[in-house]
Amino acid sequence: MNEGVKYTGVPAQTELEAVPGTPSLERLEKGPVAFIECVQEIPCNPCEKACPFGAITIGESITNLPTLNEEKCTGCGVCMSACPGLAIFIIDLSYSKETGLVEFPYEYYPLPKIGDIVPCGNRSGKYLVEGKVLKVKNNKKMDHTATITVEIPKNYCLEVRTICRIKEGLKDV
Amino acid sequence: MKHRDAVIIGAGPAGLAAAVEIAKAGGQVTLLDENNKPGGQLFKQIHKFFGSSEHLAGTRGYNIGLQLLENTKALGVEVILDAPVHGIYHDRVVSFSHKGKEQSIDAQKIILATGASENTLAFPGSTLPGVMGAGAAQTMINVHQVLPGKKILMVGSGNVGLIVTYQLLQAGANVLALIEAAPQIGGYGVHAAKIRRAGVPILISHTIKEVWGNDEVEGALVTQIDKNWQPVPHTEKSFDIDTICIAVGLSPLTELAWLAGCRFTYIPRLGGHIPIHNSDMETTVPGIYVAGDITGVEEASSAMEEGRLAGIACAQALGLYDAKRALILKDQVWDRLNALRTGPFGEGRRQAKEELLNVL
Repeated sequence: MNEGVKYTGVPAQTELEAVPGTPSLERLEKGPVAFIECVQEIPCNPCEKACPFGAITIGESITNLPTLNEEKCTGCGVCMSACPGLAIFIIDLSYSKETGLVEFPYEYYPLPKIGDIVPCGNRSGKYLVEGKVLKVKNNKKMDHTATITVEIPKNYCLEVRTICRIKEGLKDV
Repeated sequence: MKHRDAVIIGAGPAGLAAAVEIAKAGGQVTLLDENNKPGGQLFKQIHKFFGSSEHLAGTRGYNIGLQLLENTKALGVEVILDAPVHGIYHDRVVSFSHKGKEQSIDAQKIILATGASENTLAFPGSTLPGVMGAGAAQTMINVHQVLPGKKILMVGSGNVGLIVTYQLLQAGANVLALIEAAPQIGGYGVHAAKIRRAGVPILISHTIKEVWGNDEVEGALVTQIDKNWQPVPHTEKSFDIDTICIAVGLSPLTELAWLAGCRFTYIPRLGGHIPIHNSDMETTVPGIYVAGDITGVEEASSAMEEGRLAGIACAQALGLYDAKRALILKDQVWDRLNALRTGPFGEGRRQAKEELLNVL
């Protein structure tokens, strides 16, 4: 079976490790930081302009992959709703001893409410763990790309990327 | 007969952008469209566009459409809707029907921005109600707020198939799977990732074997295919569905260009027969220009840039811009167009477009 986004629609671990938008483990452990899952050279650069700290660079050719300067990134999350590909996530492994935070873009109604316990899924939509909704951002500037922050056990933070759309779990096809 | 500096046929992204450029230069423009609303496909594009800020990246398609419409209004462009064009005669007389009457406009320049139509796919059951183009489903959900079905199978993994799948999910349908005959996903990985996160399986090297149902689609059988595109035995899967959306590419709508006597070339990568044109977008018939999907199927961002290019070139030919000014403006558009035609997804289109320009 071929791995990788071209064959499965899910970026493989090796693809994520190879791109310049992925923060280092050391940086991830320090606190909130952007995790840019943009692994193909497509003509797109709104993330670069969106970042108020100059932490994302694409450069002259708009098909360059976004490069994250992980020292400049504060994990503010402004880039998330600017990314037309909904490919940026904010990960915070420093939240508490047991739990971490994942913030992800979400364009489905109804939006969850703060305090909701929601089923959280991975990049294939597979249910992994329950999470508690801590924040729902949806201001005018985000133009209907809301972002949701969930608190989950720390060891799931590099996997959880969404609220499961199909709550009863996926059937294998 | 009414005389105009330019008549543009098709009020989609290319036609609107072209109209804005000519009107900005001081030309009198009439924009004709057979539909009752302008905008072409822009108003069903509810997703944020790619590109750079010059391409309005990050803006949702329908908002780009609104901006273009406002521009045409502010610049005094005449837009005639419900106006199918049925003739282009000598000396660039354009004939169309409108409100039950035949009308003609004598145009100094004509821009054909007629767009493209969806390809179909033939399989047992493909004529059952419930089998439809993905673009049609997108119009239903995003323009008319009508869900075409609740359990959907998507065929084709280009950006149209991926984006419409996502939008069907947003509209509340369930897409049971997306199948793709090729051994890899055709569109952007980020679009694919969105629907995978939402739990939609993507089956590459799979095609439809048959669809069944009494009066409408009730189920489909898909099969894996090998590298010679032959079914692999014992790999069939059945789906309990009520709708199949077909997203297997588009073909340029070229009838008016044929009618006008434009010379054509055949470039499969661009969608088939394409009117030959120069770098000003002018065809082999002097004074008739083309822009957008009629010159090869791409997406709305490049259609708008091609529209601008054709518009600037028309304005120059009408004497509204001198050569120096026109060159500066055209170079700016070419830079933006080339930026969209780079990278693994754009390079093939760029080469095909160069091949097209080199025919002359």
